[in-house]
Amino acid sequence: MTAAVIEPADGAGARERILDLAQRYGVYAALAVLIAVATALDSDFMSVSNWRVQLFQAAPIVLVALGMALVIGTEGVDLSVGATIALAASIIPLYIGYGPVPAIALALLLGAAAGLVGGAMVAFAGVQPIVATLSLMIGLRGVAELMNGAAAKPVADATILDLGERNLAGVPLMAWIALAATGVVAYTVRRTTFGRQLVAIGDNKRASLLAGLPVRRVLVTVYVLSGVLAALAGVLIVGHGAEADPANQGLNMELSAITAVVVGGTPLSGGRVRVLGTVAGALFMQLASAVLIQHNAPTSTTQIVEAVLICLAVYVSRERGTR
Amino acid sequence: MSVRTSETAAPLPAPPPRRAGRDGLLETPRERWIRRAERRGPLVVLVAVCAAATAASPSDASWSDVSTILGNNAFVWLLALGMTFVITTGGIDLSVGSLYALGGVLAARASSSGPWLAILLPLVVCAAWGAVQGLLVAYGGMAPFIVTLAGLLGARGLLQALTNQGSTTYLVPAHSWFRHLGAGTWVPVGIVAVLFALGWILMERTGYGATLTAIGGNQDSAVLLGLPVARAKVLVYLLSGTLAGAAGALAGARLGSGVTTIGVGYELTAIAAVVIGGTLLTGGYGTIGGTVCGVLLLAVIHHLIDRYLSQYGSAMTDAVNGAFLAVVVLAQALLERSRRQ
Repeated sequence: MTAAVIEPADGAGARERILDLAQRYGVYAALAVLIAVATALDSDFMSVSNWRVQLFQAAPIVLVALGMALVIGTEGVDLSVGATIALAASIIPLYIGYGPVPAIALALLLGAAAGLVGGAMVAFAGVQPIVATLSLMIGLRGVAELMNGAAAKPVADATILDLGERNLAGVPLMAWIALAATGVVAYTVRRTTFGRQLVAIGDNKRASLLAGLPVRRVLVTVYVLSGVLAALAGVLIVGHGAEADPANQGLNMELSAITAVVVGGTPLSGGRVRVLGTVAGALFMQLASAVLIQHNAPTSTTQIVEAVLICLAVYVSRERGTR
Repeated sequence: MSVRTSETAAPLPAPPPRRAGRDGLLETPRERWIRRAERRGPLVVLVAVCAAATAASPSDASWSDVSTILGNNAFVWLLALGMTFVITTGGIDLSVGSLYALGGVLAARASSSGPWLAILLPLVVCAAWGAVQGLLVAYGGMAPFIVTLAGLLGARGLLQALTNQGSTTYLVPAHSWFRHLGAGTWVPVGIVAVLFALGWILMERTGYGATLTAIGGNQDSAVLLGLPVARAKVLVYLLSGTLAGAAGALAGARLGSGVTTIGVGYELTAIAAVVIGGTLLTGGYGTIGGTVCGVLLLAVIHHLIDRYLSQYGSAMTDAVNGAFLAVVVLAQALLERSRRQ
């Protein structure tokens, strides 16, 4: 935002501008290049069935990353989303006897409660977001395993399986849900007072306090939203896999989500949320690993490529200028 | 964080008398008690937990317990030692779990060429890995969280590549003296104790330790003071990587092979131990003694859960660990806040 106002004419300014553009639009360009390369290498890449598979894989990550983008926008981070997925997943087989709607509602409620605990620790006790959500991350997976037993439990409810497997107008229902969530989050960030307050807090928390913004309430809400979105992703994952596996579901999801957000151009230092960039970032990471796997690259290569991509994205989006 | 602008206009009550504490700080008695609670808290809790456990079942508290607690976790503690330095500067190192596993595989692979190589190779590789991370953080201006997250993925990837996706297992030759480094309880514990002692000296008795604390307290001030901030930060990640490599080498010696699946999530255990030990995650204050208390406390709790709640297994351990960590960081945050007021 600020870099666009001041435009020095020397070479350093031009470099800054290029980096700025790269930060803003780089992920879309990278996504386009990736899709082009993948299509050139493999004609099946553009097939409907392949895209369906990719969307099934990407939808839960998109949901989690959207919540993570909001949290990172406030200069926080939410490490508990993976464990929240496991928690939401493990409640489904326990309460599916009461019908799918109460089970899903309870899962979302649990996600909200998890977010509330993390958010309260951050907003009211002043605990660092990393630590607050780290303790949740360790604790919640334990709770999920305690509730459900460490072994995976099958889920055969038709409604929940539909959520994870059905196509609507040829596109996975999961992808529609992720798309709707993207719309809601984008609207919230750009058009609502809450969204503006969130960005202002991430930019300068102290100034926001002095300006009389409801900093604590906004912070708690952001973590609750992140928890609910993670829980929703958990429900979809249960539907897709037809089982609840508290020990393994959502594992490392927090890292994938943070990666997607950062690759999408949201700075870790807060004060800016790129919603569409986040979705593009999640798609990019998903497609990149899919392409590597389709071409029989070992998992080690996938991991190293992912690490290099993260480093590149962070280098481009790092804080520049005087501090 | 609470800022009340209206209060500055009201007449302030007379401040309580301040007198110089042991550190030369002017402080009220209340502030002194809070500071003591912050510093001695982990030790007090550790003693209390041990005393309660011994009182509950005196016959069970034996040397075998002590040796289990010390021997099973010894190597992992080195991760917490390195992490203490990193966190003191206000950074974080998520790569240590992967470097731990990588160090183990490298040690096992090099051990067929001789025990010295088995020790040196993991140290050198992990030190280089840490140094690169430190350079990116200190000179690239990138967030430590993300740099070391990339390090976590990359080191795991390298490890998988070295072992053909885990299908190749390197064994340490049966007669190599390298194996003795990890055998039993007292050799590894002795090595770890020596490294902790060196770490304590580095942190409490050298200018480098003071520089780390200054960086974590206020990096801009440290730069203005003319401290070698960038160099110190590179060294801190190098140190953390080296210690993770050393821990991996010792684990390789103990297990007798390079196990690819170890170390997942260990960075979190290390961070938890450091935080429980009273080191502030915001940086600016860290003690090696506190970290010793933190790792012991986690190990003792783990042991107690294993003994009394073993039917719930690791799930119960995780739940209790998480709740315990939450309570500790809450207490820290509240103490910190009441001291500022």
